[in-house]
Amino acid sequence: MKKGAAKWLLAFMLTTLAVALGGCAGDKEGESSSQITIGIPQDLEDSLDPHKAVAAGTKEVLFNLFEGLVKPTSDGDLIPAVASAYEESEGGKVYTFTLRDGVKFHDGSPVTAEDVKFSLDKCADTSNGGPLVPAFSNIESVTITDDHTVVVTLKEADTEFLAYMTTAIIPAANENPDTNPIGTGPYKYVSRSPQENFVVERFDDYWGEKANIEHVTFKICANADSIVMNLEGGSIDMFARVTATQAAELSDKFDVLEGTMNLVQALYLNNAVEPFDDVRVRQALCYAVNPQEIMDIISDGKGTELGSSMFPAFGKYYMEELNDTYQQNFDKAKELLADAGYPDGFSFTITVPSNYQPHIDTAQVLVEQFANIGVTANIQLVEWDSWLSDVYTDRNFESTVVGVDASSLTGAALLQRFTSTASNNFINYSNAAYDEAFANALASTDDAEKTKYYKECETILATDAANVYIQDLPEFVALNKNYTGYEFYPLYVQDIAKLKLVSQ
Amino acid sequence: MRYAGKKILTMCVTLFAVTLFVFLAFHMISGDPVTSMLGTQATPERAEALREELGLNDPVLVQYGRWAAGFLKGDMGTSYSYRMPVSEMIVDKLPVTITMTLMAFVWMILIAIPVGLYAAKHEGGVVDRIITVVNQIIMAVPPFFAGILITFVFGMIFRLFTPGGYVSYQVNTGKFVGYLFFPSLAIALPKAAMAIKLLRSSVISELKLDYVRTAYSRGNSKRSVLYRHVLKNAMIPVITFLGMALSDMIAGSIIIEQVFGIPGLGRILLTSISNRDYPVVMAVIVCIATLVLVVNMIVDVIYGLVDPRISVE
Repeated sequence: MKKGAAKWLLAFMLTTLAVALGGCAGDKEGESSSQITIGIPQDLEDSLDPHKAVAAGTKEVLFNLFEGLVKPTSDGDLIPAVASAYEESEGGKVYTFTLRDGVKFHDGSPVTAEDVKFSLDKCADTSNGGPLVPAFSNIESVTITDDHTVVVTLKEADTEFLAYMTTAIIPAANENPDTNPIGTGPYKYVSRSPQENFVVERFDDYWGEKANIEHVTFKICANADSIVMNLEGGSIDMFARVTATQAAELSDKFDVLEGTMNLVQALYLNNAVEPFDDVRVRQALCYAVNPQEIMDIISDGKGTELGSSMFPAFGKYYMEELNDTYQQNFDKAKELLADAGYPDGFSFTITVPSNYQPHIDTAQVLVEQFANIGVTANIQLVEWDSWLSDVYTDRNFESTVVGVDASSLTGAALLQRFTSTASNNFINYSNAAYDEAFANALASTDDAEKTKYYKECETILATDAANVYIQDLPEFVALNKNYTGYEFYPLYVQDIAKLKLVSQ
Repeated sequence: MRYAGKKILTMCVTLFAVTLFVFLAFHMISGDPVTSMLGTQATPERAEALREELGLNDPVLVQYGRWAAGFLKGDMGTSYSYRMPVSEMIVDKLPVTITMTLMAFVWMILIAIPVGLYAAKHEGGVVDRIITVVNQIIMAVPPFFAGILITFVFGMIFRLFTPGGYVSYQVNTGKFVGYLFFPSLAIALPKAAMAIKLLRSSVISELKLDYVRTAYSRGNSKRSVLYRHVLKNAMIPVITFLGMALSDMIAGSIIIEQVFGIPGLGRILLTSISNRDYPVVMAVIVCIATLVLVVNMIVDVIYGLVDPRISVE
């Protein structure tokens, strides 16, 4: 090694060091324009086309970019968005939408009736093996009556159909919706870098109340262990869904907000395989489980106990009394097992997706609780991808712990999957009384009657012990104290437009 | 010239074997890209339609042929999950991995050569003994653990950098290089320890050879003997090692990226494996394999330059 070269190397390394240290010191200073960095656990490894995006993590971010004719509020209501008014006629068979004046897409072009028709038709198109929005198979026609009016006619009357009209309206002219998302929402897309970030900025021509924060970066924090470090170090300002332990660690320096995840966590049982095809066995498992104990162990007692496939955010459909269908009672459980022909218990496998810690923890407590009635449960951790193909699609499993959420603000979003012919009925539940109650609920145009039938469905699921219902998981959002305005929704979304700086 | 042609041919054959192997391996493990693309919205009909669209129903070798043909034409395909051209993703991330590896390499040389020479010069001294012991310890620490330690000590205690505070090179090159300072050190340390050990023993054995005595007898100072005569000869085994270490560092950077939260090729590789995003996996593998092969070729060339006796046939 020549001495000259050595000097160069030394100079290089010292410069690097200087830059490194200098860079850290001046990191957070001088950024006065409003901006926020939000940590998200997984990248948007998905199409950015709102109709094709499938991951919940993608949809919750895209929520800020797109809007439908109507949009949900944090109270669970639907308010007009791209449409300024709507009218339901013929008992829920015909919906007439009046488009709002002056709504623009992010590229500056105005929203036309053609764009609306294009968006709805695209989601109802069956040429790719089924409509993108399954409920759209009920659409008879979408017609433009004048420049400001679009009429959606259904095949069968459905008074809940408005909830599906949250489907994003996108410009017909966009050639690359997969990678270049253009919508009408309060934020517009700027850039993305795989596994790094997803950047949006305020859309200044938004028709409604404009967003408060100008620049928003969603930063991918794939390593769950470093989330607290990232928050404390200031590289992210907010993280939704931190664990109970992390929430406790952060509670001094951050605002930790508590809500619910709005999903139904349960031990989902494959009702078509032995021994779960016997209602007595399923009930025995329900008697063995104490949801409160699970919540105490995995999240300091936070969470909401559930007794059926419905969570409290749905308000009128939720039936708290179903939580008491089964009180932990080992003798009764053993009795039921003996009746069913398993006096010595049996053993089965709980398949759990390995990327969801709360579900893994829950499964571990379940194993202990089942041991009390002589039933041996074995946990099998699988990759999310394998879970999707083996459990969800091929239904090749005995039981699984997951959370099932609602894709829209309708009772059907949670309850339809348990009808015997539903394509997403992954637990193979089949009950004629349930099918009938559900069909009645769909057919009824009177809200009270509809509610009654939905409640009947929930009651059947509970008494028939379709699954071992556990809880609606608690959600903790850690927010830097410089920001405020976070709102929980009954759906799986993050509304960034409402966030603002405390100083604003 | 014939030599170069032969080398390049070997490289192509190696790349072909690597890609074919990876492609086949992927089709043997469970899971399929369509499932992760459709998620919980998958219906058998939609899955089938998408599989047909992506050509996943064709025999594996046909699929490989299609991929290879596209690749040779410069088309790396489109990512299944991101729906963006794979080449864009690679161009975006390759500089991260290359910068980090090169920085680690510079670190290694910067640490290993002075320390190794010093230890050899003062063989048996107190400092030499301390170096030997510390060396043994560092060699035994795997890079990811070194990464965790460094994050803890320099990031959490001394707060010299913000863990997870990675800044893209497109945003601020200075901060980018700054953030890679410690990760590259984590990669470099174990390799530097090995290089020190090698250089030390190599220099010590050279110092015992006859030409050294001759050099002294001609009135050279100890310093000039060491730098002008011994070092050049002692470097030959070290260069072999440095080349191997550089290839290793490319692979090592994949792990270190996870520890420090750096979105480079490694992160892309891992997530695309779990998403079964074949086009991305293949492209990243080709990149890494090419880097390794090129490094090996460069080492061969440097060999010839340092010691003309080693023929390149």
